[in-house]
Amino acid sequence: MIESIEYWLHTHFSPAWAGFLGWVLVGAVYLGIFAILGLVLVYVERKVAAFFQLRLGPMRVGPWGTTQTIADAIKLLLKEPVTPDKADRFLYNLAPFFVVTATLMALALTPFGKHLQAFDIDIGLFFLLAVSSVGVVGILLAGWASDNKYSLIGAMRSGAQIVSYELSVGLSLVTMLLLTESLQLSEIIESQQAGWWIFRGHVPAFVAFVLFVIAGTAETNRGPFDLPEAESELTAGFHTEYSGLKFAFFFLAEFVNMFMIAVVASTVFLGGWMPFHLGDWAAFNAVMDFIPGPLWFLGKVVFIMFLMMWFKWTFPRLRIDQLLTLEWKYLLPLNLANLVLMAFVVLMKWHL
Amino acid sequence: MKEQQPPLEEPPVVENPDGLRTEEYFVNMGPQHPSTHGVLQLVLTINGETIVNIEPHIGYIHRSIEKMCERDTYRQIVHLTDRMDYLSCHMNNEAVCLAVEKALEVEVPERAKVVRTILSELTRLASHQLWWGVMGMDLGAITTFLYGFRDREMINDIFEETCGARLTMNYIAPGGLMYDIHPNFQRRTKAFVEHFKKKLPEYDRLLSDNIIFRKRTEGIGILSKEDAIAFGVTGPTARASGFSCDVRKKQPYSAYDRVDFEEILLEAGDSFARYKARILEMWESLKIIEQLIDNIPEGEHQVKTRQVIKLPKGEFYQRVETARGEFGVYIISDGKKSPYRLKFRSPGFSNLFVLNHLAKGAKIADLVAIMSTLDLVMPDIDR
Amino acid sequence: MIEKIKQRFPDIEHLPARSEEHPEGSEFHQFVVPADQLRDLALFLRDEPDLAFDYLFCLTGVDWPTEGYLEAVYHLESTRQGRQVVLRARTANREESAHLPTVSDIWPAANPHEREVYDLLGIIFDGHPDLRRLLLTDDWVGHPLRKDYEDPVNMIEL
Repeated sequence: MIESIEYWLHTHFSPAWAGFLGWVLVGAVYLGIFAILGLVLVYVERKVAAFFQLRLGPMRVGPWGTTQTIADAIKLLLKEPVTPDKADRFLYNLAPFFVVTATLMALALTPFGKHLQAFDIDIGLFFLLAVSSVGVVGILLAGWASDNKYSLIGAMRSGAQIVSYELSVGLSLVTMLLLTESLQLSEIIESQQAGWWIFRGHVPAFVAFVLFVIAGTAETNRGPFDLPEAESELTAGFHTEYSGLKFAFFFLAEFVNMFMIAVVASTVFLGGWMPFHLGDWAAFNAVMDFIPGPLWFLGKVVFIMFLMMWFKWTFPRLRIDQLLTLEWKYLLPLNLANLVLMAFVVLMKWHL
Repeated sequence: MKEQQPPLEEPPVVENPDGLRTEEYFVNMGPQHPSTHGVLQLVLTINGETIVNIEPHIGYIHRSIEKMCERDTYRQIVHLTDRMDYLSCHMNNEAVCLAVEKALEVEVPERAKVVRTILSELTRLASHQLWWGVMGMDLGAITTFLYGFRDREMINDIFEETCGARLTMNYIAPGGLMYDIHPNFQRRTKAFVEHFKKKLPEYDRLLSDNIIFRKRTEGIGILSKEDAIAFGVTGPTARASGFSCDVRKKQPYSAYDRVDFEEILLEAGDSFARYKARILEMWESLKIIEQLIDNIPEGEHQVKTRQVIKLPKGEFYQRVETARGEFGVYIISDGKKSPYRLKFRSPGFSNLFVLNHLAKGAKIADLVAIMSTLDLVMPDIDR
Repeated sequence: MIEKIKQRFPDIEHLPARSEEHPEGSEFHQFVVPADQLRDLALFLRDEPDLAFDYLFCLTGVDWPTEGYLEAVYHLESTRQGRQVVLRARTANREESAHLPTVSDIWPAANPHEREVYDLLGIIFDGHPDLRRLLLTDDWVGHPLRKDYEDPVNMIEL
């Protein structure tokens, strides 16, 4: 289908225009994915939360409340976009776009399936890390420009938190890079042809996976690390003053960020769209191969996101100094030791 | 509103021990804030995230109940009391009734005494369940809130059947009870006790043993026994510091003199001890209900009192133990149908003003933890 | 206990607890203290080892317009002995010299209570560290719990 669209474009336009229009189309598709993903994830989150909390969750709008989030989105769109009087208007309005743009750029790298990837550059993981840290600029801007002390405290917390946990995210990925020997997402997945890295990489790979999920949860500002928006302390943290669409941007970006962490985890550790194979069991492997790649991929992503929701709805929130202690005194040294261990494993060719 | 905020002077510059120069600043926490549980305004002076000073501003829902009491008859006053601490309404009702009965020298029937005690303990359980849920929510574990409400719902159903209301119950009247208990009361209460005995360990599994929760509460906001006494802190909050202040033991009223229960006394005095004290108190309440529920004596549920009660001239003080601490009713009567002066000594009032003492030097997040372990109910404080 | 206090402060008036002879008394022993001796008595009650009234559980203000004074009632308890005692301190009059010494440094619990009494009855507690209105707004006129208080808008008919 993609080829036929491309063929149609090339027959009707000059090559330059065809290429440009192709990018526009891809961009539009990803914007759609972004919006739909946000809506679906909000619904899923609410249902999962309800499951943990002995209740039903949204049930009124549509069958089993499936259109609840669409109704919510319409409500948010219709709301008045308030800008506080004393706010720095330019930065205040700019901040949500920083957050959304950063998230959207990361989303472009998602390898949904074999060749189903919009933007497969050779420094994929590096690009992901770089882009995802731009989001924090938006949060800091939002906190500063709102002219609200709660927002400012929330933003400063967020800044400290994301800068710290970025280290752990990066280091745990670097650990895995020793195995994958490539930064390109599609190649990382191809390198797991013989089995997922989490199974083949011995203990250090598993440790790196756990560290990555913890640090990734922290980087997305989700509970138990949701200090920047701790509603019992800071009312709503950095987005206290935002309303309507601008608030929706922050809100959706949080969910898509969570999706991106799950994407990276499933790509690097769980083999992306690679099916699950068990040694020489040909029949079993054939059945597994029968399930299409995108389904495998989404299944893994959903599994990791469920883990993250599980954390959120079970644990109390950490305190800011405990949060930083956890990173700098526990996760970071552990990560460095794990990196050395992994280097040793790779050197001795112990990995399968 | 404007006058209440501190003057906007140049913020003081602080030299920190590590040589960093920072500015202190003010944050208004409340009156609209998710964790003040009602309309409490705290003016915080903050250095970074560390609290330098807390100044509580109360009175946003002051309804001049004490002034209204000077107008009302004693039967009417009972109906005002459950609007104060709406989570301990039966105990508040009971306090006024006991004071009036003491003044009239009326002996309440045994049946009423036992039912009053069961109701009080059920109220205490409901209050602690709500507190437990809110405590978790304040610390970011929203799930606890719904677990707490699941079990509170059963108690509310029992109350609804017997008293007709779910929140501001008016069931205890001078002379006994307003009307006899519902035929289902015993059966449903027993079912609840059975249910809750299984569910209470779940509370421990979900929150008490959680490492993050422990780190957030242990050693936070330590209240010494001496300070608890000096500040007049009562209830589980004070008993967690070792201050033996349980009125049920000190001056037993209703049927408390014949039930076997322990006064929970802990040593640590930190937030976790206050948490633990309430969890243990729930077990004691279950114990009391179990002892009484099968032994409700038959007979009248009230003694006849006049429709318009006139107390003899004099002064009457009655203390009861509510879910939050010692509740006192001080009646000065001049022999008329309404009191000359009536003072409610509400437990939350004294408990609130220890906050500055506890939370100085703590982080903002600790303040939330400390405040929820104090278990404040604003209508009780503002009256 | 009573003897000990009477011995130390011979000129304060003792109102015995309710009994056959004293049907109009309260259930506690009461002492009517002149304002200038209040702090001495308070310190004596708190610091004397076998009295040790360390717990102030209630502080009430009462208006007596017919007698022409305001009164503060202090309910004290000894947490060690389990005894209660009540102090009553009266102001000179209800208007310009409605003053009493503070006890908020003796029992910190008195601090908010004294603010409340000041707010609702207008007793000025000399030496209180932070005597401002507590429940009502700062610009409120009058003291609502006084018997002659009139508020044309929100008046509760008595």
